[in-house]
Amino acid sequence: MALRSSVTRRTLTLGLNSTRLLPLSRSLQTFSLPDLPYDYGALEPAISGEIMQLHHQKHHQTYITNYNKALEQLHEAIQKGDSSTVVKLQSAIKFNGGGHVNHSIFWKNLAPIREGGGEPPKASLGWAIDTHFGSLESLIQKMNTEGAALQGSGWVWLGVNKELKKLVIETTPNQDPLVTKGPHLVPLLGIDVWEHAYYLQYKNVRPDYLKNIWKVINWKYASEVYEKECA
Amino acid sequence: MSRETLAYHWGKHHRTYVENLNKQVVGTDLEGLSLEDIIIVTYNKGDILPAFNNAAQAWNHDFFWESMKPGGGGKPSGDLLDLIERDFGSFERFIEEFKAAAATQFGSGWAWLAYKANRLDVENAVNPWPSEKDKELVIVKSPNAVNPLVWDYFPLLTIDVWEHAYYLDFQNRRPDYISVFMEKLVSWETVNTRLEKAKARAAEREMEEERRRKEEEEGKPTNEEEDDDDLEMYVDNDNDDSEAE
Repeated sequence: MALRSSVTRRTLTLGLNSTRLLPLSRSLQTFSLPDLPYDYGALEPAISGEIMQLHHQKHHQTYITNYNKALEQLHEAIQKGDSSTVVKLQSAIKFNGGGHVNHSIFWKNLAPIREGGGEPPKASLGWAIDTHFGSLESLIQKMNTEGAALQGSGWVWLGVNKELKKLVIETTPNQDPLVTKGPHLVPLLGIDVWEHAYYLQYKNVRPDYLKNIWKVINWKYASEVYEKECA
Repeated sequence: MSRETLAYHWGKHHRTYVENLNKQVVGTDLEGLSLEDIIIVTYNKGDILPAFNNAAQAWNHDFFWESMKPGGGGKPSGDLLDLIERDFGSFERFIEEFKAAAATQFGSGWAWLAYKANRLDVENAVNPWPSEKDKELVIVKSPNAVNPLVWDYFPLLTIDVWEHAYYLDFQNRRPDYISVFMEKLVSWETVNTRLEKAKARAAEREMEEERRRKEEEEGKPTNEEEDDDDLEMYVDNDNDDSEAE
């Protein structure tokens, strides 16, 4: 779409013989760090305040900053028709954009205990979990096994295939969003297993982090998304 | 690099790779192979087998510890410095490039300085114009457990950029960790020793290949009377259509 309008603009420019006074074909949206719906320390002792603050203010912010930068460069390259730059930027966009997408979901996946964190899912999602995995415990065990076995950096997801209306557990490497594992997959819950997500508190013992994080998982959000996709 | 980091990095992470590797290897074909051989075999040309991660990480960490020393840093000298200046323009440019590679390895992984003695991975390929320039220093980065042994390079120096390597000391500030590593930890003596070994092994391999080629050539005259030359040369390649006919 951007390409079509920029071609139109270029034709106009040539006709009017003006010098770059025309606005960009579409003003580029820049992204900004979403606020956390809770205090940094509100998820303790499952996740320390120190980690939450670094994770949010440094890591997520850096993904956003670099994502915006890459998008700007992409915008320029598209306007200039510079295909090799367009292609070159893809990995930076996937990495930083993915980081932004994934972390934005992650903050909503967590909630302080007094706001429902850890409360098991009910209604349609609860039934779907029992049907598909046998029980909530069994789902948790499977996700923890996958999360612990993931080599290097990545995420473990509970998602729903919106075409088949089926629940899935998937892992993605680095900052690849869940959709890279299947175009119909919608994330309900993602657990960040990059070392930065747990190292200061749990050091090398990722399985302990995975065991404890369920105490602050926000099933309400996951249910909302599930109901929307599977209504 | 703090004591705490080393206690976890060496005492927990590295130890776990070694222990798990031992468990995976016992009672299998891999038992008795050298660590480097296990790495190549389990890399399986990219289609990695289960023991690869532990094997490669065990090797990578050994290599990493030995790449450092207390009071390290500074500048290399002699042949190593000459090669760096030849292949990167200047020592400063090399540092810039190495730091950039380490900083831009997305996710977990390693950055390397390696000696590349170019050798094609095809059995009967011969370099038509061999020169000293085929052998050069390169900077490469690799994800997770991958290391340049699988590309047939000779690693000379590495920095671990998995988050566990720097998170306790530097949190998200990977570039600061990289700078400190270069300025205060790199053991250029070790890198130098590795370079000498790499050059020697590369020269040995070249001589081996020369010798083998000469043997093949000397073998040819007696076979000329039989069928096709082509069939003799491509003896390994059953699928080759004989064009000589």
